[in-house]
Amino acid sequence: MTDTHDPLHDDRGNNDASIVKPGGGGLHVADNSGTRPAPRLTDAFLVGEGMVGGYGRGPSILNGCTIAAEKGQIAVIVGPNGAGKSTAMKAVFGMLDLRQGSVRLNGEDITRLSPQARVAKGMAFVPQVRNIFASMTVEENLEMGAFLRRDDIRGTIEQIYDLFPILKAKRRQPAGELSGGQRQQVAVGRALMTQPSVLMLDEPTAGVSPIVMDELFDRIIEVARQGITILMVEQNARQALEIADRGYVLVQGGNAFTGTGKELLADPQVRKSFLGG
Amino acid sequence: MTTLPDATLAKPIARPDHLRAVLLYAGMAALIAVTGAAMGWNYALTVVNMGLISAIMALGVNLQWGFAGLFNVGVMGFVALGGLATVLVATPPQPEAWSAGGLRVIAGLALGALTVVALVVLRGRMTAGRGRALALVVVGVLGFLAARWVLDPGVLAVEAVNPSVSGNLGGLGLPVLLAWPAGGLLAAGAAWIIGKTALGLRSDYLAIATLGIAEIILAVMKNEDWLARGVKNVVGLPAPVPQEIALQTDPAFVARAASLGLSAVDASTLWVKVLYLGLFAVVLAGLLLLAQLALKSPWGRMMRAIRDNEVAAEAMGKDVTARHLQIFVLGSALCGIAGAMMVTLDGQLTPGSYQPLRYTFLIWVMVIVGGSGNNWGAVLGGFLIWWLWVIVEPVGNALFGALATVLPPDSPIASHLQDASAHMRLLTMGLVLLLMLRFSPRGLIPER
Amino acid sequence: MDLLNALVTFLNFVFIPAAAYGAQLALGALGATLVYGILRFSNFAHGETMAFGTAATILLTFGLQALGVTFGPLPTALLALPLGIAATALLVLGTDRAVYRFYRVKRAAPVIYVVASLGVMFIMSAITRFLVGVEDIQFTDGARFVINARDFRDWSGLEEGLALRSTQLITLVVAALAVAALFWFLNRTRTGKSMRAFSDNEDLALLSGINPDRVVAVTWIIVAALTTTAGVLYGLDKSFKAFTYFQLLLPIFAAAVVGGLGNPLGAIAGGFVIAFSEVMVTYAWKQVVAYAVPGDWVPAGLLQLMTTEYKFAVSFAILIIVLLFKPTGLFKGQSV
Repeated sequence: MTDTHDPLHDDRGNNDASIVKPGGGGLHVADNSGTRPAPRLTDAFLVGEGMVGGYGRGPSILNGCTIAAEKGQIAVIVGPNGAGKSTAMKAVFGMLDLRQGSVRLNGEDITRLSPQARVAKGMAFVPQVRNIFASMTVEENLEMGAFLRRDDIRGTIEQIYDLFPILKAKRRQPAGELSGGQRQQVAVGRALMTQPSVLMLDEPTAGVSPIVMDELFDRIIEVARQGITILMVEQNARQALEIADRGYVLVQGGNAFTGTGKELLADPQVRKSFLGG
Repeated sequence: MTTLPDATLAKPIARPDHLRAVLLYAGMAALIAVTGAAMGWNYALTVVNMGLISAIMALGVNLQWGFAGLFNVGVMGFVALGGLATVLVATPPQPEAWSAGGLRVIAGLALGALTVVALVVLRGRMTAGRGRALALVVVGVLGFLAARWVLDPGVLAVEAVNPSVSGNLGGLGLPVLLAWPAGGLLAAGAAWIIGKTALGLRSDYLAIATLGIAEIILAVMKNEDWLARGVKNVVGLPAPVPQEIALQTDPAFVARAASLGLSAVDASTLWVKVLYLGLFAVVLAGLLLLAQLALKSPWGRMMRAIRDNEVAAEAMGKDVTARHLQIFVLGSALCGIAGAMMVTLDGQLTPGSYQPLRYTFLIWVMVIVGGSGNNWGAVLGGFLIWWLWVIVEPVGNALFGALATVLPPDSPIASHLQDASAHMRLLTMGLVLLLMLRFSPRGLIPER
Repeated sequence: MDLLNALVTFLNFVFIPAAAYGAQLALGALGATLVYGILRFSNFAHGETMAFGTAATILLTFGLQALGVTFGPLPTALLALPLGIAATALLVLGTDRAVYRFYRVKRAAPVIYVVASLGVMFIMSAITRFLVGVEDIQFTDGARFVINARDFRDWSGLEEGLALRSTQLITLVVAALAVAALFWFLNRTRTGKSMRAFSDNEDLALLSGINPDRVVAVTWIIVAALTTTAGVLYGLDKSFKAFTYFQLLLPIFAAAVVGGLGNPLGAIAGGFVIAFSEVMVTYAWKQVVAYAVPGDWVPAGLLQLMTTEYKFAVSFAILIIVLLFKPTGLFKGQSV
């Protein structure tokens, strides 16, 4: 029994689904008001530099890790389970309390901005799970993605439909009724609706079949060609590195190996440790 | 969360939280003393006696909410069942009513119970589908109609016997103190049925189920006159202590009162209340001891482990639903005991006077203010909130009365203010709960 | 045997009253389900919110009547309703600011809101009683009947009369308008869609730039409108008594759960399911049956399954039956 027992957040009575609605409220908004900046070493379009941090006062999950991506490039974060891959991406998006480090977008320091403010700055994030509005139609999902925009969004919706033609056919269907791969397309489409300069994807191919995965990667390359920077965490390291302009292998919250996707694929040590030979 | 074996913990003489609790209880005693000095000891004793009963109710709700996180908003129903038990145990039987239709009533009820059992068995034995649904509906409807067919003439016959003073089956004519455990048993039985239904689904829907069952229990008690006379009330229940009138005619008592400088009337009312206080205090002390032992036992630790992380507890092989059922029944039994004690104290059962704000949600305020998960806190909350509930009305009256003297006596505002003071206690309770939840959500004596 | 008279009796004593009551419950349940869907807790102060809205409307109605303002054949309360809604909206927005917002900022566990709503319930019930007391209040004026039983008898030549009270018709019309407006708002407007998005997936809604404070404020205003309307319609149809409104909490929750918590369409269906069951179980069918079957088949009893005092038992029984057989409620799928 600890003295830090917190009555506002304990689990007492929270399983009673008739009085409280489960799910929701899991988003962690970072408090980065006291973050010490890291020395500025790179000048890429999107940089998370020297990031050290964890959740609240908990232990550090990131231990000085740096992630960067140039405009229109695909950067991929890979590594063993528990290496802090997703955490690193969340830190770039303002969902991890940083003790040290800085995040910059197009030269501007955005370390202290909330995730919502970063969306307004042109960053888009596709979470790994619960990344669509399941009860809303495909088109409504896209509309909600563009919630911050006040201009005409019909052109953007058409672009998304060009990118993912199946979505056009299913535009009136609730997104929750679609197949796994189609849901991921909705999720990516929703994120693209803000016309972002950076698209961040947390394991976009988790749980989809290999064919769908290849298709999804093709689309991601297409998005990058339009000048959108992609930052992606991937479990399927080999396939992801094949399309990566920049690869980061994280181990225990720090950078273990960094290079182009091809370099990492060719590196015998990376192959041996992380790609299964 | 790691728990060290008790032996490795240092045994501090006066830990700060112990000191805090002692000071708070001392403060509570001071409040009662001030009340007694200002408004008379008879009044203060009345407050303390109901405070003791409230403390038991709070203890029951704290078991459910504090230990297990079960959201029971049907406290009123269990309290009322306890009251019903007093009538059923302590009033004399009505042989005339029994011969008129007693057996028919019992047979009707048995048929109803049999129907429910048949439904449960059917539901368990048959495979889900249209066939089962149809069978359940048919059995349910036929059983209900058959039970009513047997029951209704019996009820009419019973209620026709001497309706102005009884019109019910009466009780067992046993000593009234037996009604207290019986009240606990009756409430426990009802809680078991509710828990079996509501907790059995998933741990959900308990809140709304309890809210509903409390209303139904009250509806039954108000309308089934053959049981306990319904809204016609049962008055003159036997008391476990001597009556005031008896004391006043006892020369020895009158002499002793005179030696203390008290009139026989004053002394007898005080003495009766003191006797009740002694009885209630013994019950509360016993229940508090049991609750503390339970809290410290492996069973109590498991309960809190389940509360803090149901999923993990389930994964470790704990039968969460069975444990929840246990604690739900136990907590409700406490409410039933308290309800029986209350009716004994009042000497009457008045189903029309049970209101959820008073008998369900006020108990919740007691637990939240006292400290969820801490038995001492719940007991203190019971006393404090009951004291506040009682004291707000005269204070409000005085306050509004003073205001009203400034206004012309026939102004509508003055009379409105007089009416309004009655609602002050609702406002106060709401404010106390919200302020406590906001600024000290762990309560006055927090869970350790 | 006289099926026409049986039908008229049925319409008069079962269908019309149950439909009106169902519409009132549906509006109430919609409010409860919106709070559950968006703020993620069951609001135990819901009945008291309804009582406050009705009390405020009653005071305004009396004020209008004192000024000599009436609404022709319609009840004056309908004129006062918008102002009553505004007062209720201010109260719930104030409550949110003073009570719930703190816990939202702290991201407190949802059950804390439920406990807080118990405190709000006490305070709101005190305010309502300060305003209008605890007694029964009749505030219906205007025309009493749309169809009078005697006129109907004269016109149709039937033994049984059919009465349609104006408050019943008004209930159905106003409820239909309110529901249509709500669904248009939720499905066609940007703000309405953002509410659905917020309810569906709060985190993703935040990542999409939806402003939670705005969603919450709009929700409370809609809830104020729905509950006040429901309360005023119920009061017009029957009468206003503070405690009765507190007791409406059970059928309203039952309707919301039966329909599938968080689902507006379900709340409406649930309201009618509860209302019709309540009326049908507590109605004495003897008169209907006497018309419907040959004379010597008519049973002696009242043919009443339960007395009206047990109407809560009906809501409760339906609730348990639905939960046992379809725990997510009758409607799932789309949710707010």
